[in-house]
Amino acid sequence: MTEPQTVAIPAPEHDFCASSLKLSGLRKAFGDVVAVDGLDLEVASGECFGLLGPNGAGKTTTIEICEGLTEPDAGQVQLLGLNWETGASALRQRIGVQLQETQFPDKLTVEETLRLFRSFYRQGTSVDESIRTAQLEEKRGARVGTLSGGQKQRLAMACALVGDPELLFLDEPTTGLDPQARRHLWDLVDELKLAGRTIILTTHYMEEAERLCDRVAIMDHGRIIALGTVQQLVASVGAEHIVEFAVTGQDAGHGVVDAAVLLAIPGIQSHRVDAGLHQLSVSELHMAVPRIFAELRTQGLHLSEFRTHSATLEDVFVGLTGRNLRDE
Amino acid sequence: MNRLEQSSLYQLTMVRFHLILREPEAIFWIFIFPILLAVGLGIAFRNRPADVLQVGATTSQLAQALATDKGLSAAVLDEARGTKALATGKILLLAIQSPAGVTYKFDDTNPDARTARMLVDRDLQAAAGQREAVHAQNQLVHETGSRYIDFVIPGLLGMNLMGSAMWGLGFSIVEARQKKLLKRMVASPMPRWQYLMSFILSRLAMLVLEVVVFLGFVRLVFGVPFRGPLWQLGFLCVLTSLAFSALGLLVASRAKNMEAVSGLMNLVMLPMWILSGIFFSASRFPVVIQPLVRALPLTAAIDAMRGNMLQGMSLGQMAVPVAILLAWLVAAFGISLRIFRWR
Repeated sequence: MTEPQTVAIPAPEHDFCASSLKLSGLRKAFGDVVAVDGLDLEVASGECFGLLGPNGAGKTTTIEICEGLTEPDAGQVQLLGLNWETGASALRQRIGVQLQETQFPDKLTVEETLRLFRSFYRQGTSVDESIRTAQLEEKRGARVGTLSGGQKQRLAMACALVGDPELLFLDEPTTGLDPQARRHLWDLVDELKLAGRTIILTTHYMEEAERLCDRVAIMDHGRIIALGTVQQLVASVGAEHIVEFAVTGQDAGHGVVDAAVLLAIPGIQSHRVDAGLHQLSVSELHMAVPRIFAELRTQGLHLSEFRTHSATLEDVFVGLTGRNLRDE
Repeated sequence: MNRLEQSSLYQLTMVRFHLILREPEAIFWIFIFPILLAVGLGIAFRNRPADVLQVGATTSQLAQALATDKGLSAAVLDEARGTKALATGKILLLAIQSPAGVTYKFDDTNPDARTARMLVDRDLQAAAGQREAVHAQNQLVHETGSRYIDFVIPGLLGMNLMGSAMWGLGFSIVEARQKKLLKRMVASPMPRWQYLMSFILSRLAMLVLEVVVFLGFVRLVFGVPFRGPLWQLGFLCVLTSLAFSALGLLVASRAKNMEAVSGLMNLVMLPMWILSGIFFSASRFPVVIQPLVRALPLTAAIDAMRGNMLQGMSLGQMAVPVAILLAWLVAAFGISLRIFRWR
């Protein structure tokens, strides 16, 4: 297991104006459990920013502190130049919130639910428009209880949007959705990005962060362990490809691989073993792969599995923590 | 959308209405159940003509002397069979002819048997030639207002107001909390007082329907009297409903799931179902616990409603129960606002 380390990558030059969100020294503990452990973060206006991390990393606590639902033990929160102590009622009007696992009343219709939430805001989009945006036109008069998971999530999104918010918080918007519903929701987020809204979302799906976010912070144990654009973070792995293989020895047991010899091959940056699966990060795939084959043959080992993929945020997380994102 | 429809208080209240009216069970408990209960009790305790008492006599002369009395039905039985009939409750009294006169065999702890003793004795004495010392006449009255149904209707009304206010508020709030809806609401700019106010407003509107349907029914079917001013009865209903709404809010203010709130609800309501005099007078409980019984909001509510409906008392004469209800309203509401958990 590698020691957790922070990859410091300077924020790229944005043509964004002032920051929409600024967190400094944020800390929150629930009893003995430290959920957020000294967190600093700045999100520029117009950015789509992702908080990525495994379950229990502190993403939801962080976002709920930002939303003014949880009080931090220490630290400063600034949103749109305001804070929750003095500007709460103004902030509530200007942000949109979608929480994890809100269940709207089953017996209300889509339209009634949106009309209710619209009534809380001084200004915003019309109910019709938000129904259109969420593509729920056909379900307008349907009761919430009859909606599919994806439709319920789009309704939650529409409720977050009726106030025409400058800053939108989405907490695990696609958790539990099937792939098609997930892509549908991603398209919706794309449209919101195009409209220039600042979006802060949490997810434990790396492909979601890669697909949607301008910048990503990887969280683990209440801290940000890496921060940057997806490309920057992937580049920080040091190699753009990942080779995974498993071997059997000559007597059919697990073969013992001499890692030092593999690391000596030019282009191989790192090696780790997880449950019998060897992972190499490799920069020159076409040069390195024949050498790996040759080396394993020399060691008298047979490949039982072999595959390569381009490095992803998952590999960044594994590289930083030695664990997989979805390990709980 | 007009201005009213844009108001969040209006929208919140309409949502409450939609949710109540789309819940068929709620409609049953609020409207149908109290009427069914009133009908059941009305049938069980309806006023029947005075009972005819079954008695036995060992000789036909004795039985003949009793035959003219409409309140008695006398059968000729020998002593052995008569004693057996007495033991099995078929007759209340056995009149035994003896050389010295008549012996009455009966259970003196049974009021009906004592009545039978008096009737039989009067008839036999008259047959033997006794004359009335004072001439007496009967004037019969069957006054509405003194029947059991008249007594129990204010009790049922109070019980129903308690149940619908407490369940209505408690369950809906805890359900919203459990489903994270409460948290979602406070993440929006919704004024929190409006959320609670929407429950009160919808409760008051439902109350009008509930009370009018129930009291209208018992008035038409049983002729239950309304002797006090109707507006004061209305005021008492509103006050009762508000006090129990506050209590429902208090019970729901921290409970995280339905199991917890159901348990608390029953814990709060059970003592009142038993002690507050819904079906019989609360004054039957021992003197030592009377202060407790009197302090319960349901006792105060039912006392005040009986005072209004049956005795025609004005609010001024019922300052104590009204003050007790007000105190519960203010205290429960104040505490629940302080400890209410919005997430």
